[in-house]
This record gives sequence, C-alpha cells and structure tokens, in this order.
Amino acid sequence: MIRHTVGRLAATVLIAVALAFFTLPMLWLASAPFDAGPAITTSVPEFTLRNFAAILDNPYALGSIRNSLIQGGGAAALVVVLAALAAYALSRVRVPGRDVLLYLLLLLSSVVTGTAAMVPIFELATRLDLIDTHLGVILVVSGGLLPAAIFILKDFMDETPTSYEESARVFGASPLQILRHIVVPLVRPGLATIAVWALASVWGGFLFQFILLRDPDKAPGSVILYTLYTEGGAPRLDLISTFSLLYSLPVVAMYLFVSHRYGFRFHGGIKR
Amino acid sequence: MITLHRLTKDFPGGVRALDTLDLTIGDGEFFTLLGPSGCGKTTLLRTVAGLETPTSGTIHINDTDVTPLPPGRRDVAMVFQDYALFPHMTVSDNIAHPLRIKKVPRAERATKAADVAHRLSLAELLHRRPAQLSGGQQQRVALARAIACHPTAFLFDEPLSNLDARLRLEARTFLKRLQRELAVTTVFVTHDQAEALALADRIAVMSHGRMIQIGTPADVFQRPATTFVAAFIGSTPMNLLPGRHTDGALHVAGATLPAPTGTPEGDLVYGVRPEYMDVLPQTRPDAFPGTVSVLENLGTSTLVTLENDGTLIQAVVPEGDEPAIGTPAWALPRRSLLYKDGHLLQAPPRKPVYTGTALL
Repeated sequence: MIRHTVGRLAATVLIAVALAFFTLPMLWLASAPFDAGPAITTSVPEFTLRNFAAILDNPYALGSIRNSLIQGGGAAALVVVLAALAAYALSRVRVPGRDVLLYLLLLLSSVVTGTAAMVPIFELATRLDLIDTHLGVILVVSGGLLPAAIFILKDFMDETPTSYEESARVFGASPLQILRHIVVPLVRPGLATIAVWALASVWGGFLFQFILLRDPDKAPGSVILYTLYTEGGAPRLDLISTFSLLYSLPVVAMYLFVSHRYGFRFHGGIKR
Repeated sequence: MITLHRLTKDFPGGVRALDTLDLTIGDGEFFTLLGPSGCGKTTLLRTVAGLETPTSGTIHINDTDVTPLPPGRRDVAMVFQDYALFPHMTVSDNIAHPLRIKKVPRAERATKAADVAHRLSLAELLHRRPAQLSGGQQQRVALARAIACHPTAFLFDEPLSNLDARLRLEARTFLKRLQRELAVTTVFVTHDQAEALALADRIAVMSHGRMIQIGTPADVFQRPATTFVAAFIGSTPMNLLPGRHTDGALHVAGATLPAPTGTPEGDLVYGVRPEYMDVLPQTRPDAFPGTVSVLENLGTSTLVTLENDGTLIQAVVPEGDEPAIGTPAWALPRRSLLYKDGHLLQAPPRKPVYTGTALL
C-alpha cells in the first residue's frame, strides 16, 4: 500500500517537473511582453504596454507578418493542391515501385530541406532569378514539405472506397469532377491538417528565408526576429518577447480554428 | 438490348475471369448472373459497365459497340453492393449527383430528385445524410440515384446482400415491381439462388468464367444442365447419388429403379430433389433404405436425413409426418434426373405416381 502511494507520488512529481520545464518558457512568453524590464527569468511583471508601442514603431515588424502570411499561405496552398493531386494518383494508379518511390522521396525531403542542399538551391534560385522573391521561398519550402504531405494524404485517399468513384464514373463523371465532388470533401480533414502543418512549418522556418531574401522588406517574421538586437549585439528582450507573442498568435488562432472545425488527423478514415 | 460477343477477360497472373462469352439480353429483360464467388459474375457486370476492359470480344448496347467507350458514355446505371452513397451529401444531393455531373441546373436537379424520391417513398428523407438512414432506405436511395438518370440499362451488383433476411424479401418484391414498371433492361448479379429464381426472367449460372446454363428460373430449377447447377440451385441441396446402370435397371444407394429407355450403361449420377421424395415406413425395392439420423424443421415441412452406409439421402416431409430419429425409413423418389459425366441425360425417367401422401 505504502509502496503504491510512494510510486504514485514519484510519478506525479516527475510529470510535474517535466511539465514545468516546458511551461516556463510559455509563461515567460506570456509575461515578458507586459514587463517594463524583461530578463531571462519569469517574474511577476511590472505591467506596461509600452513594448507593444515600441514594436509597432519598428519599420519591419508588421510588414514581416504580412510577408510570413504570403509565404506561409502560398506554400500551404501549393502543397495542399499538389499533394492532393499526387496522393490521389498514387493511391489509385498502379505504379511499379510506388512504395519505394514514396519512401525515397520522404527520405530525400529531409535532406533537401536541410542545410546540406543549401548551396545548390541558392545556385538554382540565383539562375532562375528567384532570389529576393516570395515565389522563390514558396517553391523551395514547398519542395521540402511535399513528400511528407503526399505520404500523409495518400493514406486518406486509400481510405476512400473505390466504389464511390466507380459509381460516379459510371454516371459519367470526369476525374476532376470525382476529385472535386467526392474525394476532396471526404479527405477535407486531411487537407486541413496538411495546410496548417505546412503553414506552421513555413511560419517558423528561418534558414531558407534568411538566405534567399536580401531585402528586409520581404523578410518574414522569423527573420526579423533575428534583427531585434541592440547595436552592441545584446538581445532586446522587450522587443523579442513582444514580437514573439504577436508572431505566434495567428498560428495559434489558426490551429484552434482548424482543430475545432475539422479535428487534426494524420490518418485516413471516413466519418460516416 | 445488351449483346456480348466472344467476351474474354484475363487478369494479370493468368486468371481467366471471363471465357469467350456469347449472350444476348433482351429489351426490358430482368437477367440474373448467378454463381459462387470467383465465378466471374461481378467481373462480367463491371466489364459491361466499362469499369474493366475486356481482353478480347465486344459488348453492344442497343446496336452501339460500347467496347471502346468509357463508363460514362455507355448510358448505364450501376448499383453497388455497398450502395456507394456519398456520406457528405444529403439524400437529395446523392440522387441528383448524376444530373450534377451532366451539368443540369440546380433547381431542376432538386425537382427531379424529389420526384424520384417520392416514387420510392423517400420524400421525407431528402435532407438526411446516408448515415442517418436504415439499410433498406440506403438501398432505395441507391436505386433512386440509378433511376434519376434514365439509363438504358441497370446493372446491379448484389444490391440486396447487405440487407437482413426479412428486409431482403421486401426489397426483392419491391425491386421486381419497380423493374416491371420501368421496363428497363436489368442485369443483376447475385450468389443467392433463391434471389435469382425469384427475380429473374432468365438466369445464367456461371462457374469459372463460363456460363454453364442459361434459362428461365423454371428451366434451371427443373432441369439443371450439370451436377454443378443441380447442386447450386434449390434451397435444400439436390441429392446426387452415385449409381450404376446394368441389366436394364439402375442400382442406386440400395434401391433398384427402372432405367428409362436410351440410358447408357455404366456409372451414372442419380439426382433427386428432397422436395420430390416421399418417406415411407416400410420397404420397397425402388426406395432408398436408410436410418433417420437428422431432422431439420423448415417451418411448414421438415428436412429428413437418412443415412445408409455413409451415404446421406435427404427428403422433405410435410409437418406432422416426421419419422422418429433412429428408426429405419425408405425414401421414394417421385421425380428424378440422370447425369452422366456431370451432364444431364435427355429424357427424365418416368416415375409411377406414388399414391401415398401428395406433397405438392
């Protein structure tokens, strides 16, 4: 009995410590923006809204959120459309070596999005005149996200009974009509998950945006965050915390909305 | 009218699903493809629909060669075993979906769907989703969707097999009446012989990609062309007893029966339906002897199994006439068929009418 209680107590303490470890940074993010003199500690803030006024005075802060929206939204749209088409085709057409192809793509994508391929990608972007354009960023990050997106969506497509499509085909539906009328509505939770996941990945992405964009007017928030330092090189914790809070709010809101509307699922299956 | 000419379908891996089939299905005919699973009946239906491409041979629908046409240009409607209703659409949208594909304006679609739904007693359910319907209602929605696009032929792939037994009988009657009213050529696939007998104008019994017998339900039931058909048709399986024809008499399972004229000598199979047998309490040379081993209640009658040296003989007796288990009994055939090498011999042996209890 006592051993049982001690065991329960130890487990609870362990969980509490782990939770605290992850919660403290969140607390800091919630309190520091309202603190007149934030430091790398969590304390009861000396309440002020001056930090928000200061960040709005920064010439790039608001613009960078718009840039993030363009790049994240563009990449999410591209990834959803292309991944849906590719996953549908891969799910329905017998391609020899299909699974090998998928796994290979998945493996390569983690290499391609990494720093290893940075030099050739920069070279390619330069030759295609895509340096310093939103399009360049969108294309490069989408390329990295697509294999995983196809992989996840294919599972959703596999779960849609072929009799639905065959029925529509016998009534004369074209492949695009089948996709629009039947498949897309049925895999909508999958599409929503992929869209949010793609947008969130781009939102927090730094390296590609940092290297492919020269003009600070086009830089997304993740890059602008990196510029919030004093001339001496010390981080401006007041601005960093405030901007971090502002920058994370849209993504949190989107998560909540999509999760409420569709529910996140990384596997297929139709709710009948 | 649907005409198949030397239709063959080979699947990769060397499986011949359809083997040079020739068939003509008349206008307004209710034609049933019957057979065990894997016999090619569903493949044939899907090939007519255009969902499978034949390896060779042609399909004509009303004198048009549809073999090279995609499914949507063949003007047929198909009802699937799982109904294939779209879970994200209302009943009304489901019924109107074929019209939406044909780009019929929304208002006209809704009117049309409501008309058809009314006809199939679905008018109250137009705004429900398929998940909110019973199995029978879902099946009627699938029918309504097929009817809404006015096809030249209906293709049904076991549409009743997902219903429970009682509902299936109702749906069967409903379907047959509907087909009579619409007079649309219908191809109906089933593995249920009772369903095939009840619904069809003509039945094709299939096995291993071939049509073993094509005929009216009465033909197929009364004179099965092979022992395969004989064993497959009938709610109680036909007795198929090995026998021998020597010295002008048939020797089958302990009974000596007169051989019809023209019966070849040698080994034969003697077929008699349990319904065409009488069970007697005393011996007769032309009755099969045995010991009563099992009694199965069929409601208005009882299926009696006689055992004789490992040979089982079944007979149906009217309620109240059951012999006791373990007692000796003799089964006297009233109407029988003779098979040689698995095929039906021409003239059925004439049996003197037994003057005991009349069963039919």
